[in-house]
Amino acid sequence: MVRTKLAAALFAATALLGLPAAAQEKPKELVVGIATFLSGPASVFGVPGKAAADLFFEEINAKGGILGVPVKPVYVDEGAGTNQLISEYRRVVQDQGAQIMLGAISSGSCNALAPVAEDLKVVNVMWDCGTQTIFEEGKWKYSVRTQGHAGAEMMATLLYLMKVKPDFKTVAVVNQDYAWGRESWALLQAGLKALKPDVKIVAELFPKFGAPDFSTEITRLSALRPDVVISTSWGGDLDTFVQQAAARGLLKQSTFVLPLAESSMERLGAVMPEGVIVGSRGDHYFLHPKYKNTAEMQAFVKAYKAKTGAYPIYPTFHMNQAVTGLVKAYEKAAAAAGGKWPSKEQVIAAFEGLEFKSLTGTITIRSDHQGLEDQMLGTTRRVPEYPFAVYDKIALYPGKLVTTPLGEKSLDWFAKVKPELVKDKSIETFDYVK
Amino acid sequence: MSRQYLIGAGLLIALVAFPLLSPWSTVILTVALCEGLAALGILVLLRAGQVSFGHGLYFAFSAYVVAFMAAAHLGHEVLLLVPIATAASGLVAALVGLFIVRYRAIFFGMLNLAISMVFFSLLEKLFSITGGADGKRVPRPTLLGMTLERESFEFWMFYITLALAVVAALFVARYLASSGGKALEAIKSNETRLEYLGVSSRKVLYGAYLLSGLLAGLGGAIIALVSGHVTPELAYWVRSGEFVFIAILGGVGGVAGPFLGALMFQIIRGYAAVYAPETWHAVLGIMLLVIIFFAPSGLYGLIAGRRRASGEAAR
Repeated sequence: MVRTKLAAALFAATALLGLPAAAQEKPKELVVGIATFLSGPASVFGVPGKAAADLFFEEINAKGGILGVPVKPVYVDEGAGTNQLISEYRRVVQDQGAQIMLGAISSGSCNALAPVAEDLKVVNVMWDCGTQTIFEEGKWKYSVRTQGHAGAEMMATLLYLMKVKPDFKTVAVVNQDYAWGRESWALLQAGLKALKPDVKIVAELFPKFGAPDFSTEITRLSALRPDVVISTSWGGDLDTFVQQAAARGLLKQSTFVLPLAESSMERLGAVMPEGVIVGSRGDHYFLHPKYKNTAEMQAFVKAYKAKTGAYPIYPTFHMNQAVTGLVKAYEKAAAAAGGKWPSKEQVIAAFEGLEFKSLTGTITIRSDHQGLEDQMLGTTRRVPEYPFAVYDKIALYPGKLVTTPLGEKSLDWFAKVKPELVKDKSIETFDYVK
Repeated sequence: MSRQYLIGAGLLIALVAFPLLSPWSTVILTVALCEGLAALGILVLLRAGQVSFGHGLYFAFSAYVVAFMAAAHLGHEVLLLVPIATAASGLVAALVGLFIVRYRAIFFGMLNLAISMVFFSLLEKLFSITGGADGKRVPRPTLLGMTLERESFEFWMFYITLALAVVAALFVARYLASSGGKALEAIKSNETRLEYLGVSSRKVLYGAYLLSGLLAGLGGAIIALVSGHVTPELAYWVRSGEFVFIAILGGVGGVAGPFLGALMFQIIRGYAAVYAPETWHAVLGIMLLVIIFFAPSGLYGLIAGRRRASGEAAR
């Protein structure tokens, strides 16, 4: 008797679990789960990302929400670790009823969450993570990325380095010892071999992630005197590295290439000298030469500065792209569904081929769910208007030019890149204008 | 003894019923059970007065064994993966145990910590093999030869884990009541006297260590399957510390304790993550401090103590 009852209960439970999504009626609110670093070293990106998301959703809700449905953001801490993140992510979808998830910052998190999103059948917007392997090695129906990937970022970095310093002979690398540090160097190395086969790599240094001291690396660099020093480090690691290298005069001795330095510029203040190659994982910068005076940009910089006391850095722009992309995808899906509230499947389908304007350009989502985003690099310059270094000698690389073509793998594509690309006509250049 | 069964049965009934009421909780409850299994291993060692801050080693080892086997399509079946991975952790415990049982107290704790951290660094550094800090994905294996969808896989994994946890708890309870288990307590109270009785304390502790390694390994193997991803942080000292913490939080008085502790830990962490996503560390810390101050014998002690009092009043 007890057994039959139990079996019946089990059956009822599985039947409930298996229920398909009910007919699409406009919900009272749209719950959007956001995975971001609220603790740990990567909170230098996660906390600004959250602050920006709060601003954008406030603005959307003030206008009545997405298709008239107010949005409720729910945050999940990526800093809790991957396994914990996965269970929190599930909870937000299954218990709190999130229809949309924005996840995440770390490539490790994105790799872990993509299959979970497939399982849960929830739209997953990869709002900041960069690893190119996600869509090159896997096919994910429910995940989409609203920004460029590490391949595009590293290709633009290489092209810019070749443009501003074509005659370098020796290179050293100092990257954090984890997936991003290793993968970004693998890409750069493959590209360097193709673009400049005679270049010598004199040192490959991988200090521990979160290392408090770089004196070993700096001593080696000052002895080796390489023409170029590349580091894709970020956050506290990059701040410490630049501070210690600057103290030893290393930044004057070699050309430093720091593709993620935009996020550290305000913190580094006067420490960052002129002549350092810097980037921001995309085309965004609060002093973007084309968009810094638009009403949207000025309103955003003002609101963000009032809220946090700092200038916006790249994760806030990535958040803007994810949120804007989401709104546009909902609008497109609703239009396709005849004005009705679209299903999750209709929303994710609307992302394919979607083109939308971000604060600093236009993003196109490819059929493999990878976003095409322009890439911008510059060389630091000190100006009286700001107490920290700004971009000068800016080059803007069209996303199409620097992103690995559809169906190809970035490492293979890097290995066969041609030097002509450095001088491609579609590259725009700008100087710093007050 | 009967009190122990009573608490265990109450916990079991609650656990059996809960996922039926709220299906989303299955994974979180499974994770809690896995941590409870590892904490049960810690409990065994605590009976001998020894604290290990390195059982993340066995937890992570079996998790990675599952990840590698599943990725290589070797035995793509839960009923194969779990016992093999658990046995692999048991093997490591058998090797480490050979020398670690010579040490006591702080040295025992620190050596365990050191070995687990060596394993942690290996997982992080051998980037091309282990996937480094990003870890490895664990493709969902078959269960009894059936390829299951997510919901039913999670559903059945929970009940399988629950059944395994019950078996493990009953076994440990039996073991602790046996002469081997009593000898463990003697290690804590007076090891010299135990040796004079003609019992080798090293042998006794070796058995306990092996058992604790197997329990942590079982938890790790299942957690790899249900979360579908393994990372080096499973071997990190914080994780090992969590097991000790859960064991103490739950109380070492009975085998239901670690599971009570693990559930409480997950509940506090879950609520903290919902209501204080930015300060969940602090909330967790404060809640745990409160519990330690007001229930020094753990949750198990709290419940068992209450029942004893009411039982005496009834008499």
